[in-house]
Amino acid sequence: MPEQQVISAEQVQHLAGLARIALTPDEIQHLAVELGTIVDNIRKVSEVATADVPATSHPIPLTNVFRPDVVGEVLTNEQALSGAPESADGRFKVSAILGEEQ
Amino acid sequence: MTDLTRVTAAALAELLSTREVSSVEATRAHLDRIEAVDTDLHAFLHIDSDGALKRASEIDQLRADGHEVGPLAGVPVAVKDVLCTIGMPSTAGSKILEGWMPPYDATVVARMRSANLVLLGKTNMDEFAMGSSTEYSAYGPTRNPWDRERTPGGSGGGSAAAVGAFEAPFALGSDTGGSIRQPAAFTGTVGVKPTYGGVSRYGAIALASSLDQVGPVSRTVLDAALLHDVIGGHDPHDATSLTDFWPSFAAAAREGAEAPSLKGVRIGVIKELGGDGFQKGVNDRFTEALALAEAAGAEIVEVSAPHFEYGIAAYYLILPAEASSNLAKFDSVRFGLRVTPEGGGTVEQVMSATREAGFGPEVKRRVILGTYALSAGYYDAYYGSAQKVRTLIQRDFAAAFDRVDVLVSPSAPTTAFTFGEKTDDPLSMYLNDITTIPANLAGIPGMSLPMGLAAEDGLPTGLQIMAPAREDVRLYRIGAAFEALFAQQWGGSLLDQLPTMAGMGAERATVGAPAPAPASVLPVHGAPEPGFGTEPDGGTR
Repeated sequence: MPEQQVISAEQVQHLAGLARIALTPDEIQHLAVELGTIVDNIRKVSEVATADVPATSHPIPLTNVFRPDVVGEVLTNEQALSGAPESADGRFKVSAILGEEQ
Repeated sequence: MTDLTRVTAAALAELLSTREVSSVEATRAHLDRIEAVDTDLHAFLHIDSDGALKRASEIDQLRADGHEVGPLAGVPVAVKDVLCTIGMPSTAGSKILEGWMPPYDATVVARMRSANLVLLGKTNMDEFAMGSSTEYSAYGPTRNPWDRERTPGGSGGGSAAAVGAFEAPFALGSDTGGSIRQPAAFTGTVGVKPTYGGVSRYGAIALASSLDQVGPVSRTVLDAALLHDVIGGHDPHDATSLTDFWPSFAAAAREGAEAPSLKGVRIGVIKELGGDGFQKGVNDRFTEALALAEAAGAEIVEVSAPHFEYGIAAYYLILPAEASSNLAKFDSVRFGLRVTPEGGGTVEQVMSATREAGFGPEVKRRVILGTYALSAGYYDAYYGSAQKVRTLIQRDFAAAFDRVDVLVSPSAPTTAFTFGEKTDDPLSMYLNDITTIPANLAGIPGMSLPMGLAAEDGLPTGLQIMAPAREDVRLYRIGAAFEALFAQQWGGSLLDQLPTMAGMGAERATVGAPAPAPASVLPVHGAPEPGFGTEPDGGTR
């Protein structure tokens, strides 16, 4: 693969942070190599994606899908919490949202 | 007495409606079949024996009491584990959702319950539908009923194997880049990816939202149509659901089968989807299918789709990008696994530890890739360009459909591959996806149906039929005609030729079927992963 496109381990580490996956150093090394190969293979899309071609984000165009502004069928509080790893007082329970350095 | 697992869903429905058999009998027959063969095949992740028998008994009672129960009442069905089901765990093949009991039904599941179908259980799949061999299921792979050393395809290998091995008359699947059609080809069954928006996705655990479609998996075109009629149509819970009025697909299938003629049908053969790089036996069967169609009155037209060669690259960008966003919901807060790092941590650290432990290697790879493709500085070059390729592929289809009624190709370039086989051959891995991806990128409907066995390995091949968006009805009419023409030629259905079926279960060792692959050959979740371009599944759906 062309050298300038190699994805570094540091980049993978950064991406893993963005994606909230605590990868092991071994996984990071692996992924850096794999992603380089992947990107090398998929960048050919830019060959034909010229400025005059509009982008398609949705295969069957739809506009303004609305519904009446009334309460729909919704889960009860109990149902919504039924799959939560931890809950308290009718709410999802999580650990500290700020670390010490924050 | 008729073996109730061997009849079609349509025939079983008939036996039930005339009360020749009860739903309890039909359900029990399938549960017995599952019991006999599924230890080997591993098509199911969850079997709801008690729930199914209870429901079957209720439906029998409703019928006995003279209630209007519907045409498919009492027929058993299997459900891909990507769909939310009340009362049954829904894991999407991932450890991060192990044991999760959804508080609601997917719309398609609710509709099947309303139609009085009996839910047998949940079928195996590649984790979050990322894969085309079922080898990436966190719960171990499914084996192909035709040869247990081979994969059943994927991601919906569980549904296809279950239906092909007579564990269920039909099933639901989901198709993001071929996950219904390619397993159908690999197992000698029928699978349909409807028009994007034709079937509700509410309650389907999302992979790539601009590509995903739920659809039927069956042994006959008519059975797929019957199930499609039940699950299809507008759903206000799904904002991408089309409000179209859909004709009866079952009526179309019956019409197509009645007088199997293709007179006046213009069939386009896509030049780019065949020939070099495709297995000889697949090409041979495809050529014969075209000759059969021509003899039945069809006009065969060669068409070109010059941008299809960019389809896989575009797909590799769009899918991971959308998946990385969709899978952000697995945050250890609202459902699923929570892993707390030693000594505790912030919610962010808990989330990162959870996703590290709960996601398999293929999921991590695609989430990271998607995060990369969407990141500042790369978005236009990658995701933006891929979306432009979608436009170009749609234009290729539009130009082709100006000249023909349907397009055909082999459903997959090869027959079923063995566990780990794709490991060293990235090129054939890429090619394996090339046939099915364009329909997803364009949102059009596609069907795979059996077109015979490849001479060199005796394994099933699939014929893919594609129609313009919203013209799913053509697939059923023309697909049923093809099916009837094939049946005339073969003197029965392809699954009649399934060699090892009689031997599966107790006596399987005596019929020359290959023994299950040694454990060492099977990928083990968490084992060191092969890289992109070397993974067993084609790594694309």
